[in-house]
Amino acid sequence: MAQDSSGRPDRTTGVTRRSVLLGGATLAAGTALLSPVVMRNAFAQDKKAPVGNYPAGSEGDSVFVGICTPRTGTYAAQGEDEIKGYQLAFEHINNGNEMLSKMSPNLGKKKGVLGKQIAHGVADSEAKPNTAVQAQTRFINQNKAMMITGSVSSAVAVAINKLAEREKTIYLPCITGSNDTTGKDCSRYSFRSCFYAETAANAIAPVLIKNLGKNKKVAFLTPDYTYGHTVRESTQKALEQQGGWQAVTNQLSPLGTTDFSSYLLNIANSGADVVVNINFGRDAVLSIKQAKQFGILDSMKLAIPYLAPFVAEEVGADTMQGVFAGTDYWWTLEDKFELAKMFNKAFRDKYNTYPEWGAAEAYLQVAMWADAVERAGSFYPPDVIKAYEKGEKFESLTGPVHFRAEDHQLVRPVTIVQGKKPGDMKTDNDYFSIVETVDGGPLMQKPDAFGCKLGDYT
Amino acid sequence: MLTWANLVSQMFNGLVLGALLALISSGLTIIYGTLGVLNLAHGALFMLGGYAGWLTFDYTGSYIAAVAGGALFVLLVGIVIERGIIRFFYDRPHEDQILVTFGIGIVIVELVRLSFGSLSLSVTPPSLISGITNLGFVIYPTYRLAVVAIVAVALLALYLVLYRTRLGMIVRAGIEDAGMVDALGINVYRVFMVVFGIGAMAAGFAGIVNAPVAPITPDVGTEILVQTFVVVVIGGVGSFPGAILGGLIAGEILSLTSMINPAYSQVMLFAVMTLVLVVSPHGLLGVRGRQ
Repeated sequence: MAQDSSGRPDRTTGVTRRSVLLGGATLAAGTALLSPVVMRNAFAQDKKAPVGNYPAGSEGDSVFVGICTPRTGTYAAQGEDEIKGYQLAFEHINNGNEMLSKMSPNLGKKKGVLGKQIAHGVADSEAKPNTAVQAQTRFINQNKAMMITGSVSSAVAVAINKLAEREKTIYLPCITGSNDTTGKDCSRYSFRSCFYAETAANAIAPVLIKNLGKNKKVAFLTPDYTYGHTVRESTQKALEQQGGWQAVTNQLSPLGTTDFSSYLLNIANSGADVVVNINFGRDAVLSIKQAKQFGILDSMKLAIPYLAPFVAEEVGADTMQGVFAGTDYWWTLEDKFELAKMFNKAFRDKYNTYPEWGAAEAYLQVAMWADAVERAGSFYPPDVIKAYEKGEKFESLTGPVHFRAEDHQLVRPVTIVQGKKPGDMKTDNDYFSIVETVDGGPLMQKPDAFGCKLGDYT
Repeated sequence: MLTWANLVSQMFNGLVLGALLALISSGLTIIYGTLGVLNLAHGALFMLGGYAGWLTFDYTGSYIAAVAGGALFVLLVGIVIERGIIRFFYDRPHEDQILVTFGIGIVIVELVRLSFGSLSLSVTPPSLISGITNLGFVIYPTYRLAVVAIVAVALLALYLVLYRTRLGMIVRAGIEDAGMVDALGINVYRVFMVVFGIGAMAAGFAGIVNAPVAPITPDVGTEILVQTFVVVVIGGVGSFPGAILGGLIAGEILSLTSMINPAYSQVMLFAVMTLVLVVSPHGLLGVRGRQ
């Protein structure tokens, strides 16, 4: 008779825990050994064991993509811009636009991804992790989403990273600046294409030191969550080590602050030479405007390591002139990059406005996903992930890029811009001159430096 | 950074913040005191004042016209809301009143978002009150100083209406006992309409006065609504002087705490509110047993 680990017979079932465990292990080992053989020999490719929404989500004429961006609150402007980028990308892919074929030879010749049209749904995250997780869970469960995407807040991005890992659904964050997104909160199922705290810091620090001098006193104005914290850490470290700068104060404000007066008074009394403002979206607009009102920008230089450039439209060229900033995409990059020019034109034809960073990022993420799926030859998530992890070169709007397999971070350039004088602007949207497009590879930390451990494929 | 210069400048900053909170809260508190309705659309009316003022500013280019336009438009909206919706809710339970005003707030915010989008808009004050003033201990935006004066004038006007007119007397009597005022042959419900309009106008006025300080967006009322409720609770629900005192206290708490650690300023605000409720359950200037 079967006995449990203490040696006593199990009275209820006659089955012991140990035998169950043993049996289970044998079964698992057997399946693991058998399955590749079985798959290769007996079944077609799409008969793999279900993973996430595969195969259910890819059996129809179309595949579903769930988009969740902030459409209200502090980051609403960036969220709307992302949606425009996504919708343009879907349109291009569904119709087989030739611009895509310049990005990758796998794209643009046929309609759809693996012959399937892309359908999508849009939800408002309010830049809140809980709301975003709920919305994306709905897209995964009800719409059988094969890919989910969108973010402006890193707090949302890291939360969806975990959801993606749990639901085995590929997630493409859009704007997320925290080191944690591909650092300690990285995910096997998530790929980040934008630049981030560490590369922003290492790109802008030499420019600031060269233009403003060594051994300066710096004050930080920081939004109080993972994005703000990591950008502040990386920027402070880079400025201290490369230029001997000294941080005199770090003012943490909650996301969505409307009155920055208290923080600004602390900075005004700190004796700093330079203010590094890490706030993003509307927080950046309000804090810069109010810093101007408080006369802080008359006595201190402003620098923005992570800038959504259309902030300039709301703040005004008068205030932004001379300000150095790091950003992902600015439309005048079209003078240097053919693809940026094509993208701007397509975007302006469709929306009658210029694309910002969110739109460019959204377009790039969707195009790279379609490319990875085409190369994998299937929507089977582990195969798509492995296609990404091959790190093949892809022609982005701003030059060649590739994904790093160890932490799923895109190796990509960082653009440093400087605010133009109002008199130097050629059109009413010509707020910045491009100082430099910095090669991304040397700016990055070692893949494991921020504690990234990718999970399992299945 | 506990220097004297910083302490004085933060106390000063608290005064400016507090003045604004006092004005918005006094609108909320007279509506609640008179009508017994907790107006959760108050934040939305604050925001609406900003947008109506911005539109006026866009057409006329005049700051004074913008302030007048913002305030009067919200007065009108307040009256329409009271006549069209709120008056049917006086005899309904509090939960219904809360739900309906909350709903009105959502509708206003989303309509504004639909018409104006999510980008922030701002209003430029006249050059006389823009720029920077050097106060010795700190350089401070002149407009924020002007805000204190403008708000003080508005509060004084509100005070005169409430304490020096027949209407004010009825309102204050209504706060004490609406049933008795009704029994004395005064049409309390017409007074209710006026009070709701004035309360709404206080919020709208504050909204446009605040627009040059913090550019307006559809969500600008949400955060301020929460702080306004705290102010009313600290000062005493239904008490006009209480709203002013509560506003100033809240402004100082927010400002002084952020000198030491900004992350705790909101926490401190609620901690003080809790303390006040423990020591004096009706708020600092609230009256026990008020209907």
